[in-house]
Amino acid sequence: MSPTDLPTDAAPAGVPAPAPLLRVRGLSKSFGTNRVLESIDLTVGRGRVLALIGPSGSGKTTILRCLNGLEVADGGTISINGEVTLDFGTAPARKELTGLRDRSAMVFQHYNLFPHKTVLENVIEGPIIVQGRPRAEATAEALALLGRVGLADKRDAHPFELSGGQQQRVGIVRALALRPQLLLFDEPTSSLDPELVGDVLRLIKELAVEGWTMVIVTHELEFAREVATEVAFVDGGTIVEHGDPKQLLRNPTQERTRQFLHRLLFPF
Amino acid sequence: MNQSTWDLFLSSLGPIVLGAVTGTIPLALVSFAVGLALALVLALMRLSRRRWISSIARVYISIVRGTPLLVQLFVIFYGLPSLGVLIDPWPSAVIAFSVNVGGYAAEVIRAAILSVPKGQWEAAYMIGMSHRRALTRIILPQAARVSVPPLSNTFISLVKDTSLASLILVTELFRQAQQVAAFSQEFMLLYLEAALVYWVICLVLSSVQGVLETRLDRYVAH
Repeated sequence: MSPTDLPTDAAPAGVPAPAPLLRVRGLSKSFGTNRVLESIDLTVGRGRVLALIGPSGSGKTTILRCLNGLEVADGGTISINGEVTLDFGTAPARKELTGLRDRSAMVFQHYNLFPHKTVLENVIEGPIIVQGRPRAEATAEALALLGRVGLADKRDAHPFELSGGQQQRVGIVRALALRPQLLLFDEPTSSLDPELVGDVLRLIKELAVEGWTMVIVTHELEFAREVATEVAFVDGGTIVEHGDPKQLLRNPTQERTRQFLHRLLFPF
Repeated sequence: MNQSTWDLFLSSLGPIVLGAVTGTIPLALVSFAVGLALALVLALMRLSRRRWISSIARVYISIVRGTPLLVQLFVIFYGLPSLGVLIDPWPSAVIAFSVNVGGYAAEVIRAAILSVPKGQWEAAYMIGMSHRRALTRIILPQAARVSVPPLSNTFISLVKDTSLASLILVTELFRQAQQVAAFSQEFMLLYLEAALVYWVICLVLSSVQGVLETRLDRYVAH
């Protein structure tokens, strides 16, 4: 059979593979004269979990913040699900940044819950006020999510009445309630007391198993090894090394990665 | 205190309290409300990234805070007529006090907005809010709580400053006291009595401030 005999209604050769959920090309960012990101390339497939590791000040949090439009990059492109593509070569309007925010949701290191609102109000603020979903539906979904993380009885509490671990779980629920395609975690356990870290990590792991696509900035190497499907080591505003977590964390190919991992394993 | 001074004290309490109820208090309330609205606009202008907008607010605030309230009052009531603008005593007083409160409270509100942690803006943007919505639903409610104590001070100062309106013929607490004093020649008694009534009003306001603070202070982000 010659190629011309192939039935024409089958997938033609030109049909592209499904677009990766997140594609970043040549992302650059400077603060004044300080160049913090230098042409970052990243691709994260649907259902994949990327962990960004690296020393503080390396630019990993800035990458994450660019993905949510909290920092505006000055070069490169970010596209989510092939639906939105932002080209930072030409300064994007504020409206375009909301295109990123509509599709991604972020969990902050310091939780950043709204202190004047109750737990439930924190969760439904986005769905109701921004997304315009019916209150009853958004509330039911929020309560189900809160129940899932064991905080249903805290629905009417204010954030200051919760422990750090509880606040961060509300932070995660607030992100999930937005129904994002992409979840972003900025050092989600770094401000928690050590005994509270486990609850939050376990929850993130469950979300990974459920198939959420995530980018996580973390210092928890053991967690990255177990939960991430890929790891990128960021240093000096570039991705020094990128690969399979087990491979990269055990046998890094780059000297800088090796030194960083060594410092984390043997801090003194 | 002999019987006749006591009688004068009691009989003058009527007109003085009347002056407070019909003059001082409404004058302070109206001026404060208008002044606060003005202050919010000025505070947002001050925070604007556009230089010319923030400059306008900066100059306004500088002039209001750098000139005496009494002079502002006289410019409006005794000065403007020479330009053909005649304004009655009451509206003159409201304009002067509002303009004044606007200048002082603008800086209070600006500081309160700046005191809300940056993470609150970011969380608001993250859930998809526009700048305006983030401001009105997330930032201003928190800033309002922070600004209760300093704004209470502004209001208490304003209540006392309304006594200046007596100099542009507004019938308020102090002008009533002055008139009884001129008639009875009992200056010490009447002026102390006026002071006492101001003090009582301010005591009430302070306790209201205390209640407000304990009610609102709890939910502020730290």
